[in-house]
Amino acid sequence: MSHSATSPRPVDILRFNTCGSVDDGKSTLIGRLLYDSKSLMEDQIEALERSADITGGGQINLANLTDGLRAEREQGITIDVAYRYFATPRRKFIIADTPGHVQYTRNMVTGASSANLSIILVDARLGVIEQSRRHTAIAALLRIPHLVVAINKMDLVGWSEARFLEIRAQFEAFLPRLDIKDVKFIPLSALNGDNVVEPSPHTPWYAGPTLLGHLETVHIASDFNLTGFRLPVQWVNRPNSPTDAALHDFRGFSGQIAGGIVRTGQKLLAFPAGIVTTVKQIWTYDGVVDEAFCPQSVTLVLEHDIDISRGSMLVALDHLPGSSCDLQAEVCWMHTRPLQVGKKYFLKHTTHTVQVVVTELIDKLNMSTLDSEPAPAALAVNDIGEIKLRAARPLVFDGYATNRLTGSFILIEPGTNATVAAGMLRAPHDEFKPETADYVI
Amino acid sequence: MSSYHLDHLQHLETEAIHIMREVAGEFERPALLFSGGKDSICLLRLAEKAFRPSELPLPLLNVDTGHHFPELNEFRDRRAAQLGAKLIVRTVEDAIARGIATPAPGEVSRNRLQIPTLLAAIEEFQFDCCIGGARRDEEKARAKERFFSFRDSFGQWDPKNQRPEIWNLYNGRLNPGENMRVFPLSNWTEMDVWEYIQRERLEVPSIYFSHQRRCVRRGGQWLPVSDLVPPKPSEEVRDLVVRVRTIGDIISTGCVESPATTVADIITEIAAARVTERGSRADDKASEAAMEDRKKAGYF
Repeated sequence: MSHSATSPRPVDILRFNTCGSVDDGKSTLIGRLLYDSKSLMEDQIEALERSADITGGGQINLANLTDGLRAEREQGITIDVAYRYFATPRRKFIIADTPGHVQYTRNMVTGASSANLSIILVDARLGVIEQSRRHTAIAALLRIPHLVVAINKMDLVGWSEARFLEIRAQFEAFLPRLDIKDVKFIPLSALNGDNVVEPSPHTPWYAGPTLLGHLETVHIASDFNLTGFRLPVQWVNRPNSPTDAALHDFRGFSGQIAGGIVRTGQKLLAFPAGIVTTVKQIWTYDGVVDEAFCPQSVTLVLEHDIDISRGSMLVALDHLPGSSCDLQAEVCWMHTRPLQVGKKYFLKHTTHTVQVVVTELIDKLNMSTLDSEPAPAALAVNDIGEIKLRAARPLVFDGYATNRLTGSFILIEPGTNATVAAGMLRAPHDEFKPETADYVI
Repeated sequence: MSSYHLDHLQHLETEAIHIMREVAGEFERPALLFSGGKDSICLLRLAEKAFRPSELPLPLLNVDTGHHFPELNEFRDRRAAQLGAKLIVRTVEDAIARGIATPAPGEVSRNRLQIPTLLAAIEEFQFDCCIGGARRDEEKARAKERFFSFRDSFGQWDPKNQRPEIWNLYNGRLNPGENMRVFPLSNWTEMDVWEYIQRERLEVPSIYFSHQRRCVRRGGQWLPVSDLVPPKPSEEVRDLVVRVRTIGDIISTGCVESPATTVADIITEIAAARVTERGSRADDKASEAAMEDRKKAGYF
């Protein structure tokens, strides 16, 4: 593969999301990151100045950069996830700007689900509020590997180190209850740009990196799972070429590797058939390769002619997944029609869609106290809770804690086709036992 | 750095291939919108990467406004033939003749008229999904777009009621008459597109490179002089060495003065650029919500 011969280009992608309450200054912070890292263009600044003249005051409003829809500009709120892009010589950044209103928690889950890092914004004057706890709990639930607590508006509390430490202590009081490994606290002022890109002269007591400095250097190489090969089959590649004999018999299984590494000659177990086969060839458009890894997209050719189609999964023999119709999961409910026991939904997991029925509501997370409340009557929009499901056909899965891609699902409401929930599977009770399968080759 | 590492282009590529294959797996009659512009050139390469050695499992569709640069259409037809892909072209001209699209009095631009033309083509071929090359970094309303963008039976986008997209799980379920627009390049920037063109050694239409062209100064831009854009006596006309940065209609696409003759030159130029790509598109400057309004009406 050829490589760019021009100036040094980014070698990595960091995906992050920002969350905070209304007026915490999220959009201002993103505007500041773009502005100070010189990622804004003259026509964008010009458009900002034009809108400043219209809305009065004459002051440039950095929030107008991200609030793209008319209703948002009129109401001064962010109503949907907005994506922004910028790059420094070290990294390319994908920002999901996720709104902080109570009713839009589903958007935070959307923006955060694929993030390497979440920034939780806190207004230094207000300290930790229910929204801060909710956003941190969601980040923990989604197992976002890195968290930044950006304590904003430090200028309005006189750049007080005591206040910074007080808010940090408020966070540290509930962090141990959540499973978060890497948390960084940064004092800043998004409005004035202190500690965003440039170090602030007002915080001599703070020795840590600026926000951008941290985003550029946080270690993300291990954020993908390289243990336990998983290939959910997306599409069967059958050229059926009448003219090319070599292609006439080609039968490949295309998909994006959802975990681990695969090598030519490796033995794999094919689900749901339960049959062991061997990798004959790893085919890519750029040529045949000897090995491939998560999250590459490949086409596997296998030694045996077995029944595999979209929704099948090929897995390594040394790390077997679970296979069961009975599932337990944490879900974030995203629809105004509440979740009810006994209702049927479609569940999409990897490339496999199956009918499920909700059999039990185990508990619901109280967002103010972070306590779980047993046996709730229903889960309403933006509620997070633990449920049991029974599927019409077995799901081949891992616990979400082990693999985000093979441990996650969405629920779809039949009829409206609305996406009503995001689900994170609990680890299977037993891993699949190949010796109990009917047709092992 | 471990050997199990993907750089930023490889990450974007595998994400886009995954989305292409989800389309092939979940839809009955998908199409790929191919204009011959740089973004859709990348889409075609990604389709090859997703589906080879098989034939592409979807036809290419283009809405020809009748105001296209001739170089673009020539390239479009040639590239489709090279790939052995089926190319469907539907013209605004024909849509007007058949009463599907109606120009407002004095309306010269074909931009709005693309919408009914596209919706009629979707209806004609019963496409349930159209893959497009739109990117979120292009424009503020696009920044709110999903990978799988649901459109109701009128082709409308409802930004306040989008399906949440979580992890890489896309909900492609539709009722009859509804439609999905899918944007595999959502996370790509203009720079990523050119770097990918360079890495993949993709051919692009000649107008992306510097050439001599007669231009007229209008609305703060250099527009190419053509039968559709005759200069008025009061206007300044010059022969300039220019290229186009983004390709829209020949009546609204500003040319930028540039010496760039290779893809590497273009990458250097973009790295130093101080205005965005869409800064040279008059259709987007109409109002701050110009794109939002067109998308709600069925634009891609």
